[in-house]
Amino acid sequence: MALLASLSVVAAACGDDETTKSTTADTTADTTADTTVTSETTTETAAPDTTTGTGGEVDYMWTPNADALAGAEGQVNIVAWAGYIEDGSTDPAYDWVTPFEEMTSCTVNVKNGETSDQMVQLMQSGEYDGVSASGDATQRLIAGGEVAEIDSAEYSSYADIFEGLKLQPWNSVDGTPMGIPHGRGANLLVYNTEAFADAAPDSWGVMFDGGTAADGAISVYDSPIYIADAALYLMATQPDLGITNPYALDQTQFDAAMALLGAQEALTSQYWALYTDQQASLEDGSVLAGTTWQVIVNLAEANGALIDAVKPVEGATGWSDTWMLSSKAANPNCMKLWMDWIASPWANSQVAVWFGEAPSNAVSCELDGMAEHCDTFHAADEAYWTDVWYWTTATEECLDGRTDATCVPYTEWVNAWTTLRS
Amino acid sequence: MGERLDDAPLVTEPDAQGGRAAGPSHPLRALNRKFHGRRRLGVGSLLGLPLTWMLFVYIGSLLLLVVSAFYRLDPATQKPSSDLTTENLVQAFKFWDPDVWGAVWVFFRTVGVALLVTFICFLIALPVTFFISKVAWKGARRGLVVALLLPLWAGYLVKGYAWKAMISPAGGRFAAAGKGSGGFLESTVGWTPGYGRVAIIVTLVYLWVPYMILPIYAGLDRLSPSLLDAAGDLGARPFRTFRSVILPLLLPSVAAGSIFTFSLTLGDYIVPQIVNNGEERFMFGTVINSTFGAPNQPLAAAYTMWPLIIIIMYLFGMKRLGAFENL
Repeated sequence: MALLASLSVVAAACGDDETTKSTTADTTADTTADTTVTSETTTETAAPDTTTGTGGEVDYMWTPNADALAGAEGQVNIVAWAGYIEDGSTDPAYDWVTPFEEMTSCTVNVKNGETSDQMVQLMQSGEYDGVSASGDATQRLIAGGEVAEIDSAEYSSYADIFEGLKLQPWNSVDGTPMGIPHGRGANLLVYNTEAFADAAPDSWGVMFDGGTAADGAISVYDSPIYIADAALYLMATQPDLGITNPYALDQTQFDAAMALLGAQEALTSQYWALYTDQQASLEDGSVLAGTTWQVIVNLAEANGALIDAVKPVEGATGWSDTWMLSSKAANPNCMKLWMDWIASPWANSQVAVWFGEAPSNAVSCELDGMAEHCDTFHAADEAYWTDVWYWTTATEECLDGRTDATCVPYTEWVNAWTTLRS
Repeated sequence: MGERLDDAPLVTEPDAQGGRAAGPSHPLRALNRKFHGRRRLGVGSLLGLPLTWMLFVYIGSLLLLVVSAFYRLDPATQKPSSDLTTENLVQAFKFWDPDVWGAVWVFFRTVGVALLVTFICFLIALPVTFFISKVAWKGARRGLVVALLLPLWAGYLVKGYAWKAMISPAGGRFAAAGKGSGGFLESTVGWTPGYGRVAIIVTLVYLWVPYMILPIYAGLDRLSPSLLDAAGDLGARPFRTFRSVILPLLLPSVAAGSIFTFSLTLGDYIVPQIVNNGEERFMFGTVINSTFGAPNQPLAAAYTMWPLIIIIMYLFGMKRLGAFENL
């Protein structure tokens, strides 16, 4: 009996393997046919022309720093968001690891982080050389001494970074940069275009108030930081609460956000931390709306998912990410080379297109085919980012400048989220 | 026999015999002479290394776990700092507080799941092993037992993901072309429990049932068939034989097997993440795991005191049933 069972398990596993292979082939076919198509709000542009033409000369627009190259350790271990370090195994057209490895002989080892919290924990272990940290992780990493300050003179790419991203509170200390800005983006509302055939949604109300075709098929990001999304919605819909910053919530405001999230459970079919879980649910139609990243939308659409994504009218939470060098790095030179490389015009344009975010390097936008992408993602348009609230760590001292109130610190957010999800 | 080992020299001295040529003495022989007759030194050097390992690495890390539950979490860096506090333990055990109630409820639910998985494993293992050891053709027994234990050959994650693929439910109305047809169960049986609590229990039972089968089979193997014949001769019906003869004799074996199934289920945190699409905090292990990743290492350590207490109680209970004579 057990033998039979184990055989069927093996059969199922093999079957699954075959499906994976064929979908990968499909993905490749799709991308070559019409390089990812999406809506007017988040239109995806074609990959920069430099990627096409195998064997042809590609101008990588980067020269490794001679000192760092001389001391290169041969490998580098990086904690990164999924989609930030692609070696062509997901999609052969997107590979910015192989050229780096060829130029520096630093082998790149990646550990994907699912949430900022997990990334902080991984960096605390001291086993990694660097990290692509969002604003809610950078502050904890800086405070904990996990990351080292950088000398911008060692990074040729630093000069071309958008001024609006340099020396921000989440990536610097007293005018000293603590890392290289990577790019920024907004958490989007994804929806099934068939389920919303009559009218495309443009409000987070789909996820909080319900009353749409997606009731019971909502997908929510499983991290305490998502409490800010509820606060953001309350900021627009319940002005009486007086929320001016979704990361600065006093107890009353915090309780209101938690109540909203409690009510949301009835609408929800999935809490995702692993991006592939949400991707699969978007493809098989078990999720009809949810909070997402552009990269998930791209991956699911490549597999035929009938979806689209939008930045709702209430604004959105988002991220502004920074590459940081571990203070205990075993391979500091290779990490420095990587940080310089990923922020250089060609590599930065590649990751920005693949992940679906605004690049940090101004020269990226001047590459062939990149103008439209930078326009769509408002790379140079600071006004666009005013209603995008970058992930930030909540502290007792209210981030919105209030002195007459005490705010709920992030450790309490974690406890509340655990209780909500139990 | 022990005396002979202690007193009589095991290796006869070549010099004393004078027969063989006194070549350069072998280094091992010199070592042998040092140990000769010194029983404590012998036992000590044999067990010393594993005992040290046991004390420092195994017990030591458990103690470290308890100690780190008293560390205070620095809210700014989210790193444990060395000033001590009981806050974490209070929070972990404050089951009357609605804010903490969630985690505590998950814990008791997890104990329930562990008991249920153990019971189902027992229900599966008993008839199967009884058939193999008492009914099946003698020559086939060994092969059947091997077949039952064969799944242990495959990796835990492989089996978990295989179940995920098998029980994958059908997608919604708006699935992408070629997607959403569901997994093996959906396409053959036309029904699947879907991801969730049932899926977790089914997968855990599949994973741990060999650990129940092995001790029960060993127990049944020792159970003499003449006892069953005697019960029959005395007029006992099959159920009476089972209740009054087999079960009491088998109880220590079942208790031994249940230690595996119970503790393995109680501590599992990966299966709930694999086959539970979005309800992964169904079990306590995932609460500890996500608290650790929060990162709040001290509170996670405090939470581990719950399963530690339960496991100790469980082991004492099983000891009374004689489980340790059957491990």
